[in-house]
Amino acid sequence: MKAILEGSHAIAEAVRLAKPEVISAYPITPQTHIVERLAEMVANGELESEYICVESEFSALSAALGASCAGSRVYSATSSQGLLFMAEVCFNVAGMRQPIVMSIANRAVSAPLSIWNDQQDSIALRDAGWIQLYAEDVQESFDLHLLAYRACEDHRVLLPAFVCFDGFIISHTYEPVDIPEEKEVQAYLPPYNPLNKLDADDPLSMGMYATPDYYMEFRYEMDRAMDRSLAVLKEAGKEFKKIFGRDYSELIESYKLEDAEVAIVALGSICGTIKDAVDEMRAEGKKVGLLKIRALRPFPAEDIKKALSGIKKVGIFEKNISIGSRMKGAVGYEVKDAINDSSVQVLSYVAGLGGRDIRIRDIKKITEEIEKGKGDCFYGIREELI
Amino acid sequence: MTAAELIAVAAFKSGVFSQAFPAFGVERRGAPVQAFVRFSDEKVRLRSQVYEPDYVIVQDSSLIKDVDVFSGLKKGGIIIINTSGEISGNIPDGVRYIPIDATRLALEILGVPITNTTLMGAFAAASGEISLDALEEAVRERFSGSLADKNVAASRAAYEMVKGGV
Repeated sequence: MKAILEGSHAIAEAVRLAKPEVISAYPITPQTHIVERLAEMVANGELESEYICVESEFSALSAALGASCAGSRVYSATSSQGLLFMAEVCFNVAGMRQPIVMSIANRAVSAPLSIWNDQQDSIALRDAGWIQLYAEDVQESFDLHLLAYRACEDHRVLLPAFVCFDGFIISHTYEPVDIPEEKEVQAYLPPYNPLNKLDADDPLSMGMYATPDYYMEFRYEMDRAMDRSLAVLKEAGKEFKKIFGRDYSELIESYKLEDAEVAIVALGSICGTIKDAVDEMRAEGKKVGLLKIRALRPFPAEDIKKALSGIKKVGIFEKNISIGSRMKGAVGYEVKDAINDSSVQVLSYVAGLGGRDIRIRDIKKITEEIEKGKGDCFYGIREELI
Repeated sequence: MTAAELIAVAAFKSGVFSQAFPAFGVERRGAPVQAFVRFSDEKVRLRSQVYEPDYVIVQDSSLIKDVDVFSGLKKGGIIIINTSGEISGNIPDGVRYIPIDATRLALEILGVPITNTTLMGAFAAASGEISLDALEEAVRERFSGSLADKNVAASRAAYEMVKGGV
């Protein structure tokens, strides 16, 4: 059914259809509308789920972790400081191999306080062992929640996932979205079948102490599971297409890259603006294209290399800053490593931090900088404030 | 934001792709806020704020002294301002200015000075972009019972007023 919904409410619909047995979350802007709507659904009987009210994000994810260990499908959501407050538990969830799916309404981190969008929060948790998916629009945000549950709960994976979408830009935007039928979702996403769970009649321990003789192998297994998740996510994408018609069989999306001389690489909602900018630049005779990265973890390095092959100038649009690093943005390094060709120029552009609006003309200016070979820098600094 | 949402929903119901989003300053009711709407026959991909609008709706004319509400308004564009009298500031050439005392209408019909549905009626009449029926459908989805009836009445009253030439 096609409907026009606020992004947050569309995501709440996706969660309702995924039928988590436990929801444990703490409100924070710009994620609040999701958990408010879910609380409403639980209260009025639209969703049969245990909604745990907690006093902080730390507790939210801790309770979620416990519920997941007990064998439940679990959902949480957060943003910014909330995610940072969860950081310790995030590592535990992944280390205990619990396939929790958590929405991240991407928001800048303090200080200074900002409620507006960038992707610093989830990228700061890059190495926590969670799958990280990034959505461009409301529909993709909806879809990736279903896809994430399916892939995470696969016994070849058993890792948690962030489904990331830009705060306000997606979470507070009304746009048309196709909400599938419940039976279609049931066919795609059967109930969670845990490999191990806490059971008083068959006791086991999770998250145990590991001495130096054992610890490394746990991390090694997590990394192998993440590697395997590349294929599992693609399979989940192919199945998604069969049932719902939308194609997520790749973890990247190429837009007008075939004959491109310049490629812009980006994650999230900015990809929409870049597509419009690419069309305008193409009309002006510039051979430019976009590579959208849907999964930052696992990082689809081989696919990125293939998609960008033959392109000599690549620029990464980064809504994050790795302070003190040479390239400035965190994603650029991985793209550069994926390409692994010194004859290709790969440069990062840190832009749109703390909600600074990015227009088509900004994308055009960044493209000019890529053409000139100037990068690994901030874009759009107001010199009068420095 | 409610007004932007209603336009987007009404446009969607008229069969086009629409997008509405807010740009918050501070998070509290009554604080100045901008909200933007785009509609198109094709999927809207662009996510930046709207800098060159075809239409501007100003819900509180006292903002005019602080904000350049005419900024970027296209030639041939329309600006609808909720005002009970003269506004400060000059109307740019080539734009159509529609003053409407939406607060008074809202007070008369709704009993509260909330002007979203009234201004939406004015917008539907002035722009021709959304039909009154689609607007009514959007209003009835947002509100229920007598509140919906009153808001539909407020939309219609403003629509007729603008159609009749304010």
